[in-house]
Amino acid sequence: MKISGAEIIIESLKREGAKHVFGYPGGVVLNIFDSLYDNKDVQLILTRHEQGAIHAADGYARATGKAGVALVTSGPGATNTVTGIATASMDSIPLVVLSGQVPTMLIGNDAFQEADIVGITRPCTKYNYLVKDVNDLSRIIKEAFHIATTGRPGPVLIDLPKDVTVAKAEFTWPELDMRSYKPTYEGNKWMITQAAHTIAKAKKPVIIAGGGVILSGASKELRELAEHAEIPVTMTLMGLGGFPGTHALSLGMLGMHGTYYANKAVQESDLLIAIGMRFDDRVTGKVEAFAPHAKIVHIDIDPTSIRKNIRVDVPIVGDVKRVLTVLNKVLKEEVKEQWDEVRKAWLKQIEDWKAERPLTYTWSDEVIKPQFVVEKIYELTRGDAIITTEVGQNQMWAAQFYKYDKPRTWLSSGGLGTMGYGFPAAIGAQLAFPNKLVIDIAGDGSIQMNIQELATAVINKLPVKVAILNNRYLGMVRQWQELFYNERYSYSHLDVVPDFVELARAYSAVGLRATKPSEVEPVLKEAFKIHKPVFMDFVVNWKEKVYPMVPAGAPIDHMLFEEPEKKPEKKLKAVK
Amino acid sequence: MRHTISVLVENKFGVLSRVSGLFSGRGYNIESLSVGETIDPQVSVMTIVTTGDDQIIEQITKQLNKLIDVIKVTDMKELEHVEREMVLVKVAPKQEDKAEVLNITEIFRGRIVDSSQKTYTIEITGDEKKIEAFIELVKPMGIKEFVRTGKVAIAREGVKKK
Repeated sequence: MKISGAEIIIESLKREGAKHVFGYPGGVVLNIFDSLYDNKDVQLILTRHEQGAIHAADGYARATGKAGVALVTSGPGATNTVTGIATASMDSIPLVVLSGQVPTMLIGNDAFQEADIVGITRPCTKYNYLVKDVNDLSRIIKEAFHIATTGRPGPVLIDLPKDVTVAKAEFTWPELDMRSYKPTYEGNKWMITQAAHTIAKAKKPVIIAGGGVILSGASKELRELAEHAEIPVTMTLMGLGGFPGTHALSLGMLGMHGTYYANKAVQESDLLIAIGMRFDDRVTGKVEAFAPHAKIVHIDIDPTSIRKNIRVDVPIVGDVKRVLTVLNKVLKEEVKEQWDEVRKAWLKQIEDWKAERPLTYTWSDEVIKPQFVVEKIYELTRGDAIITTEVGQNQMWAAQFYKYDKPRTWLSSGGLGTMGYGFPAAIGAQLAFPNKLVIDIAGDGSIQMNIQELATAVINKLPVKVAILNNRYLGMVRQWQELFYNERYSYSHLDVVPDFVELARAYSAVGLRATKPSEVEPVLKEAFKIHKPVFMDFVVNWKEKVYPMVPAGAPIDHMLFEEPEKKPEKKLKAVK
Repeated sequence: MRHTISVLVENKFGVLSRVSGLFSGRGYNIESLSVGETIDPQVSVMTIVTTGDDQIIEQITKQLNKLIDVIKVTDMKELEHVEREMVLVKVAPKQEDKAEVLNITEIFRGRIVDSSQKTYTIEITGDEKKIEAFIELVKPMGIKEFVRTGKVAIAREGVKKK
């Protein structure tokens, strides 16, 4: 029996196990929405903006590990997803984006709501398709899910001209045959053996774990490696949760706002084992001065990540989980080294660094410190929550002062640094895990970038909690202006911030406010009890800065720290 | 260092822009690019001439391999191979130079493929050096314009790179 392209799409989504689609209707996708209207298998979550839809799909994907799906109309509907697609692309998040397109015979005519979305998204998708024949549709959708979720994951866009989704065809579900797409999963055994022997010889090794650990589900294998060979582990922003933040071997995050001890350890190390990460500039600082004494073992599924920014001594292309499984086996069965004695001096050194400069902030009785809010969230949830963030100071404090013990509990836009990501991402995560506590740690600037999604949360009964660290500034911009632009706060002051409590009420959500440190805990406790979306407005110290900080382009052990407040004339000191 | 890279790709619309976008998005330059079908009509071959240090060339070949539509990437530097390019040169020689132009064309095993009262259009095929030598020789006699195809390259069979 022949069915329409729209029905083929829904049947294909069903077969791919995509129960939830985030979207927004419009002219050329009306027929697809019509087919969804009485469909029981695929539920559409109507957002209030296409950017909300794409970030929600992304949050859903990060929380579950499955591909997130979005469905939008042509032209502005499609272009509104571009930021979210680029966000997912930078962080290797699997998405399948279905965009409507004007009918085939109108393509190129500057038709109403026409945009060349395949051209626009070519550099920020893993792959994209323009479907020209309804008979190709199911195969393309199957391929899209396959490409999005395998190898180094990423977003795939499928552009759907109206006439293609109206046309009818027999439904088929062909076996995939892609001769030009074959990711490398198994690492080269000889290289892995080399890595094992390099590890055996190292005196001061450090593991840098990136998002690849989470994407490949390799937390267990990573922990086994770290514990067996007694190697301390630092994480990139994307790697948080890949190794338990509370583990004795954890150094927390490294890089621009990384811990003193992580950056010190990396710089002093004689071996870096980089796992599923890509040496982003926020991680390396000045490349020429990065880990000057270290040999580098680099494990990544994407060969282009290896030797892109940093010289590598032992490159291993493969899936992190599989490579680590083999590496652990080689270390245990062939190398058979015992590290207890060898590591003593190095682990002692790291403990000293930890004691010397722990992550800290100056307590105040009068004004709420944003770090305190994050700490309290961690304390009250006991780390059992899904945290999303916006971008800027809120994101860095959330990375520093909350300990992530499990993968997929930390959802943050790392590579692209997209403000407005956290709230819709929290909605996506909450939909996937209705019974989990999902908290967006936000700033008063970022939350306003997709605040319209409060309606989505309310209507779908998604009890997302938003902790707004409200400093009336674009805090990170202000911080840089204070430190590097002579306190000239050019357009970073948000003079008029909405009353977030009233705003939440206007959307039939709940709004709570804390203005004193003593109110923080009661507000959080109350919010966590309410089974509704809650905006928590924490009026925090506007002068607070994120420390440690490595100025852009400096080596990562050139860190700035907060000076005691008694010496206001000279606030900062670079410490090597 | 200049490299000739041969890329087998799926013969589909949009593939060329994926390949060229890979170069432009990273600030790499394409010196020449030629595309044509292969013996399998579903596969095209692109011959790309580009320059860069070892790290850049490594990135280019890896990035090309990463493209979903790319089937195979060969850096011809690593192989014994044959390269050819064709150029069409429109020359407008003075009366007294006409014989010399024809002579040079003969020496270079070129062909006159069009002529008018004032011009000859000459076809020359060869490697880069030959084509450049021809252009240098004819230039003083008045080249109106020329068009080059860009290089094509093919590996030699059964010959290992020394």
